[in-house]
Amino acid sequence: MSELRLLTPEIVLTVCMLGIFLSGLAIRSKGMLGLMTIAAAGVTAYLVPSASGTAFEGMFVADAYSSFFKLLFMLTLFLAVLLAIGSRTIREEYATEYYCLLMLASIGMMFMASANDLIILYVGLELMSLSVYVLTGFQRESRWSNEAAMKYLLLGTFATAILLFGIAMVYVLTGSTSIAAVALYVMTGGNTDPVLGIALLAIIIAFGFKIAAVPFHMWAPDAYQGAPTPVTAFMSVGPKAAAFAAFGRVLVEGFGAAWAEWAPAVTILVVLTVAGGNLLALRQDNVKRMFAYSSVAHAGYMLLGVLAGTIAGMQAVMTYLAIYAFMNMGVFTVMLMLENGEERSAYAGLAKRQPLLAGAMLIFLFSLTGIPPAGGFVGKLQVFLAAVDAGQTVLVVVAVIFSVVSAFYYLRLVGTMFMRESEDSVSCSASKTLLFAVILTAFFVLLLGIFPSLVLVG
Amino acid sequence: MPGSYIPSEYLPVFITLVLGTCFAVGALVLGELLRPRRPYAEKLSIYESGNIPVGEPRTRFDVRFYVIGMLFVVFDVEAVFLYPWAVAFGNIGLLGFWSMIFFLAIILVGYLYDWKKGALE
Amino acid sequence: MLPEFFFGYFACAILGLAMLTVTRKNLVHSVLWMLLLFLHIACLYLFLNAEFLAVIQVIVYAGAILVLFLFLVMLLNLREEHEARRFVKAWQGRLAVCILLLTVIVISVYKAAVQPTGGYSITFINEMGHTKVLGTVLFNQYVLPFLMTALVLFVPMVAAIVLAMKERKR
Repeated sequence: MSELRLLTPEIVLTVCMLGIFLSGLAIRSKGMLGLMTIAAAGVTAYLVPSASGTAFEGMFVADAYSSFFKLLFMLTLFLAVLLAIGSRTIREEYATEYYCLLMLASIGMMFMASANDLIILYVGLELMSLSVYVLTGFQRESRWSNEAAMKYLLLGTFATAILLFGIAMVYVLTGSTSIAAVALYVMTGGNTDPVLGIALLAIIIAFGFKIAAVPFHMWAPDAYQGAPTPVTAFMSVGPKAAAFAAFGRVLVEGFGAAWAEWAPAVTILVVLTVAGGNLLALRQDNVKRMFAYSSVAHAGYMLLGVLAGTIAGMQAVMTYLAIYAFMNMGVFTVMLMLENGEERSAYAGLAKRQPLLAGAMLIFLFSLTGIPPAGGFVGKLQVFLAAVDAGQTVLVVVAVIFSVVSAFYYLRLVGTMFMRESEDSVSCSASKTLLFAVILTAFFVLLLGIFPSLVLVG
Repeated sequence: MPGSYIPSEYLPVFITLVLGTCFAVGALVLGELLRPRRPYAEKLSIYESGNIPVGEPRTRFDVRFYVIGMLFVVFDVEAVFLYPWAVAFGNIGLLGFWSMIFFLAIILVGYLYDWKKGALE
Repeated sequence: MLPEFFFGYFACAILGLAMLTVTRKNLVHSVLWMLLLFLHIACLYLFLNAEFLAVIQVIVYAGAILVLFLFLVMLLNLREEHEARRFVKAWQGRLAVCILLLTVIVISVYKAAVQPTGGYSITFINEMGHTKVLGTVLFNQYVLPFLMTALVLFVPMVAAIVLAMKERKR
């Protein structure tokens, strides 16, 4: 039973979730329940163990890697709750359900980060995905929200089925679902087996879906656009980080010795994602859709770190994800604050109307582009350096070229904010909570850009 | 050796199944062959003073029935887990015991919530 | 010879029933073919010495999941399949995907080395009883996934209220 100590954060969050759920029957205030959820996230983050070890016969592992991701998930949860408190898209009536689904998704993500067995990985993934499907369709009266949830559910289920197929193939090969057993099998020269190739392909396709890598990104723009904006902010960061955590654990730790087998497939994925995400984002008129494609492109950069196949590569991905969490959630918060924030016209002349908001947006956009004082630069640099060290210079050049392309659409929005005059006055939410979230994320994006050592993992 | 296993204790079930299928199909086929068939308009019309059917025979279900169906699935799965838990009770230890209590508690919370929200009305 | 005969029958029947299930225009007929399909799969499990799994297949799939399918059919109240515009018209594409998948599965089945079977041999399981063995493994080795399953089951119970319930009258 002492091994349960390693699961403290998961257990605490589950208990808090149940508590908030039950108190939701009595308390009907969105703010109050939100504060309780934030407290739960804080306590959980505080209890994330620094000690490492395995539990449940090696199925569950707590180490620095998983602890980092758990802290990141708690941060995402915190910001998603802030966004919900401040916005009107989440109705007071369904606040309890919203918070509980967020927490359930977070629990699933935590298990994914800690999974040392493909069964745990799979069940964690299901828990996360199911909760996020429901959150996507949370605005029942909106047709877009319904359609987005439907599309996400169908394609997401397809992806999990493929993952299950891959897991079954791994079991055929090794007689076990443990990642350690996979590593042992690959190390002792099992990589000539064609079944291994099939298993790897299935796993890569499934995770490609979850991180929205081209050509498995079809669901992302629709789901991101249709989902309520607080949910979009959450799902563009949390589930993506969880998928990267699990992807890294399976590929680098499990199949690390078979790097030569999976590298070609991931290389193709990187090129397509970086190119496709950025080129498609160029053509979008809807700002929310543009940022959906932009987050596809960012998954491509991060995938470059996974492709390196080294510990340094994964550390770069972790750094990137931490910065990405702040900048992406910041962008969606600004979008949430503006009325019609999905339309480009809402940003016209923002610098004059709302200098603070425009300044924050400028920081986020610079960060997303990768312009030095902002945090995004550090993330990109780390990933690119790790990839160059692993001998992927050509790919890095491709990524840099498309990252220049991305400047077009990010800076076009900056131009709209600063150069154009607004034709009509677009109102802006006066919510203090949202303003706090914007300032907080902008501050951290700058801080991590100036003092990168705060987040550099390793 | 896998694949060479015959569940011989299920032979009675198998025989019952075969006999049952034969009887059902046989009765239908036999009836089809033996019964006289002389249809005319009077015979095919609706019996005595019955009404001419109006509208679709299948009406649209309320979505609430689906919620109840889903609850049924949840409890079905719970029962499926409960059975091996009870059979292997001697071998599962303290953790196994409490895990089922936790499982039941979670399902119970969900059930009470659905009840309170009026899903069962 | 006898096991091969039974396996052959079930394999062919499952394939045929699956085809019938997906090709019927009437959704209720589809669901009924699916019932027969599930029962055949249960029999296949029986021949793989997975007695408990066979019973679950009947209780959960043929019993509960199928009811959900039927409810859904009634909920949508579609008499005939809705003829919708398809993204991919060409059947060649679908056939290619099927053949690809089939090749993959055939290769993997042929290439798969028979693994060491571990402690759970057929004789051992028969001596101890299927359910007892399963329970012991499930609640010792796999107790963590089992606990997580509780949360997975919790999600639809919440979701049902959020997505399916009518607005509460004030």
